[in-house]
This record gives sequence, C-alpha cells and structure tokens, in this order.
Amino acid sequence: MPNIESLDPRIRRIDLEKNPEHVVLNIMENWETYEVFHQRKRGEHHVHVGIVHAANPEMALVFAKEQYGRRLKCANMWVTQSSNIYSFHYDDEDMFETTPEKTYREAGGFKVRDKINKFKKENAPK
Amino acid sequence: MESVKDLILRMADDALIIGHRNSEWTGIGPMLEEDISFSSMAQDKIGHAQALYNILHEQFNMEVPDFIAFRRNASDFKSCQFVELPIGDYAFTLVRHYLFDHAESFRYNYLSNSTFLPLKSLATKFKGEIKYHTLHADIWMKSLTLNGNEESKLRIQSAVDELLPYAMGMFELGNYESDLIDNGIFVGELALQNKWHSFITESLNSFNIKVPVIKEGEIKLGGRRGYHLTELENLINEMTEVIRTDYTTEW
Repeated sequence: MPNIESLDPRIRRIDLEKNPEHVVLNIMENWETYEVFHQRKRGEHHVHVGIVHAANPEMALVFAKEQYGRRLKCANMWVTQSSNIYSFHYDDEDMFETTPEKTYREAGGFKVRDKINKFKKENAPK
Repeated sequence: MESVKDLILRMADDALIIGHRNSEWTGIGPMLEEDISFSSMAQDKIGHAQALYNILHEQFNMEVPDFIAFRRNASDFKSCQFVELPIGDYAFTLVRHYLFDHAESFRYNYLSNSTFLPLKSLATKFKGEIKYHTLHADIWMKSLTLNGNEESKLRIQSAVDELLPYAMGMFELGNYESDLIDNGIFVGELALQNKWHSFITESLNSFNIKVPVIKEGEIKLGGRRGYHLTELENLINEMTEVIRTDYTTEW
C-alpha cells in the first residue's frame, strides 16, 4: 500500500512535537467550509444542519447530500460559503439580555381568547 | 430464460466487484467528506448486487444472494476485467467511477422499459441513486480538469488512456444478445456501447480530455466468459475471508 497524501489534516496527522513549524496552516491549505441547509419538504424553511469542506459550491452540494441528506427525509438542500455568513459578535450578547423579561410583547400575554369564549357562551342561541 | 439469467449475473458481478473495489478507499479517502460519499456509493453498488442476486434466487431458483456472492470461484464470475483492476491512485479510481457509472446509468435507463418486470422495477428503484453517482463523478472530473491544475489534468488524461480499453470490455457481447433484444428485455450491449461512447466522447472533450481511439483487438475482453485478472482472485479471497471461517453462521 503506497502512502496516501491526504488533504485532510485528520488523516495527514503530524507529529507536532518533532515538527513545530507545521502548527501554522497556510491559507488554502485546507478547502474552505460551506454551511449546509436542509429542507425536509417543499414549502418548509431550509434549516441549518452543519458544514462540509469542499473545493467549490457544486462539490459542497454533492458532499452535503451524503453528510446530511442521507438519514433525514429531504426535498432540497442549500450550501453557501461560510465566509458569506454575517454574524453578531459574542461580546454583544448583552443586547439580548432583557429579551426573556419582555413577555408582555408576546401575544400569549393577552387574555382576549378567554373574553371571546365568555362572550360567545353568554350570547349563544338558546 | 438463460439469456436473462446471464444478463443479470453479469450486472450483479460487476456491481459487487466495483462496490468492493471502491470500498477499499474507506478510511483512506483523500478527505473526510469524500471518504463518506464514496464509501456510501460503494455500499449502494453492493446493494444493487444484492437486489440482482435476489432476482436470480427468486426467479431462477439459484442460491441465496450471500451464497452466489461469496461461494463461487473466480472463474464462475461474469464480471468484466474493468471492475477487477486494483484501485490505483485517486484519479484512476475516479475515472473508472465516471466511466462505469455513466454506462450503468444508460443501462438501467434502457432497462426501465424492459419486458422483464423484476429488472424494470429495479431500474426505477435505483434511478435516484445512480443519478447521484454520475453527478458526483461529473463534478470531480470537472474539478480536476477545467478547474484543476496541470498535474490533475495529466493524471485524469493518463487514467482515461489506461482505462478506456478495459472500459470497452464492459460491453463484451453475451451469448444471448439476440434473444434479449428480440424479446424486448434489453437493447443489447452494442447499442449501449454506442450510446455510452458518444456520451463520454462529448463529455470528456468538454473537460478538454482527449478520447483515445481503441482498436478492436485492444479491448480487454474475456471477463464475461470467465477469463479474469489474477487480481479478481485476490479480491475474492479478501472479500470472503470472514465468511470462510464459518459458512453456517447467521450474520
């Protein structure tokens, strides 16, 4: 069996103690990641399920199908480069701190359904 | 119905052997995601073989699938030499996957109109799987040629040059071609070969890969008549290593 030159760092394991210069990964040394979104059936939202490494978007779709479309029922999948995703910084998590206290903003805070039922009951045709 | 039996055995043995060959990459694929995808497709091929052996068992009173797969000598196999070749480097494996799966795709497409209903229904059942296999092959071929570098193009070209005489051996005529054609069971190897060859010529040219001209005498024939590469025997020995320890065990 000849030695296989793998692109995958999990296979191409390196003895870091003997080769400390290998700790730094160069840009493009690994393929970039794509975020994968899975749609269970037509009309439903595509839901984020994970990532794949790939050389191009088409290949990312091909990998996504076997990684994430194999066990769940699947109508469709999306992939997009991870670098396309904009996100908040975790330092700004405090913006969301008071959100759980604002239950008065939720429709569940209104007791109107009880009032409607009471009105219907009182005015029901005898 | 010797003709149908012969056709199914050829298809099943091809699927079993290429499935086993491709599974040899499991755990050592070039990267994790590809390892998973390629292993999964290899499993699909074994599944195709099992379903075909099962037709032989149910319709033609042959032994159960495991028996047919694991208890025959190499000379009893009907596989073509193309699928028996060792895996080589990844370019070699990918080119074989591309050439084999497109042939398989056309074959099942024809069989979806077969008058032999068990094959017709398998053709419908496998359609989605085979569509994925050819998509996977096409995207890798494109990535390593049009979107590749000089080395990857050269590796693909030399794999095509080396494999094409073997690939043409997939279409070695069976003993019952006219029977299959006349009864509407299968369109025949010659028609399949023409369909496949014009497809791969156009497809490979679109990847800037040259299609070598193969002369009649250069085609690697014999597999369908039991003449195999010595590598097939090694493969069968490895494949049956566990089952040979105890044939009576229920797995």
